Amino acid sequence: MLEFRDKTTTEALIKEIRKISPENNIKVMHVCGTHEMTITRWGLRGLLPKNIKLICGPGCPVCVTSSSEIDFAIKLVKEKDVILTTFGDMFRVPGTGSSLSEAKSQGADVRVIYGIDEAAKIATKTEKQVVHFSIGFETTVPSIASEILESKTLKNFSIICSHRLIPPAMDYLLSSEDIEIDGFICPGHVSTIIGCEPYGVLAEKFAKPMVVGGFEPNDMLLSILMILKQIKAERPEVENEYTRAAKKEGNILAKKMMNDVFETCDRGWRGIGIIPNSGLRLKDEFMELDGEKKFKIEIRKSQDLRPGCKCGEIMKGKAIPQDCRYFGKACTPENPIGACIVSAEGPCYIAYNYS
Amino acid sequence: MCLAIPAEVKKIKGEYALVDFGGLKKDVKIVLTPEVKVGDYVLVHAGFSIHEMDKEEARESLELWKEILSTT
Repeated sequence: MLEFRDKTTTEALIKEIRKISPENNIKVMHVCGTHEMTITRWGLRGLLPKNIKLICGPGCPVCVTSSSEIDFAIKLVKEKDVILTTFGDMFRVPGTGSSLSEAKSQGADVRVIYGIDEAAKIATKTEKQVVHFSIGFETTVPSIASEILESKTLKNFSIICSHRLIPPAMDYLLSSEDIEIDGFICPGHVSTIIGCEPYGVLAEKFAKPMVVGGFEPNDMLLSILMILKQIKAERPEVENEYTRAAKKEGNILAKKMMNDVFETCDRGWRGIGIIPNSGLRLKDEFMELDGEKKFKIEIRKSQDLRPGCKCGEIMKGKAIPQDCRYFGKACTPENPIGACIVSAEGPCYIAYNYS
Repeated sequence: MCLAIPAEVKKIKGEYALVDFGGLKKDVKIVLTPEVKVGDYVLVHAGFSIHEMDKEEARESLELWKEILSTT
């Protein structure tokens, strides 16, 4: 791992980036909370020429989960005799009024788990209904799919399916006239599953460089250098910097499981809006495991953003955390107003702790 | 959420493997990488191994750096 942080390599990469950088502004977007963590924690923005801008996109799954989905989970676990499981990142994210952590403090049975197999195991040991609030991008989806395939005979197990897909979000952002993006650092671990090909389609459609990048500082600098080289050569395409963990074809078995269990649907992204074909829902044959259909619960009108909260603009790469009047003042990781300051991969959380 | 951490496979137990994250050991599900063997390195995400890594692939990354730097 030390080689990936080797200072001599870092210096050489910075030197090459400076040499090849054009004079105009170049905006490179990433869509991964772990990338933002590397960039901020290692101070990479400060090492780059001033005209090379690294922009954070919607790469944090809990940050883009709509309030309506959180409100549904809260109302479900409060009103019905169920055990609600979820991943730790989701636990403290505020919905319209409160969070799952507040529901737990009021006596609701909310349990934080590390993997979905733990939720299925709970279901085998109880008569109660177990509902997993299932969030995450393509990195997480295959594990959920494999558990659905294994647990489809469990009568007391279901999921709230809140999964979202990254390439449709990239397509949406690149299609937005008010968002300038000159190239993408594509998310390494999403790519471990889906491979590089989906970005090739986008590179061709929008004539923008796409580089699948790893998570060490030198990985990220090399990804930026590769994007700049593509810009200079005017040959936008998909390239893979993260060869040690992402193959061109991805994880074929994982993709098959995803496709066997889920189908795409339009989905709202918190603070961004509805993105066509960016969500996943269970296929008809797995409907009995759909928690939203199993427990018909009406929720009141939800609100994704409190007035003045800039999470939506931040997720679109149009603002940075420091632009928000709540950031670090009324909104902190301990007392969140927006979703982006809760998860360790939220841009506001990262800026609050490492800037 | 998309954080994935490399770990070494120490023992295979059906659908699960005991993996070592440089000291911390944990059982993870290997159904998405069914061909892993003891001694292999896997990327672990949310309790599941999602990719089988080999040292050759890690070396490839380092070679890529050298190649890019030598051609700019």
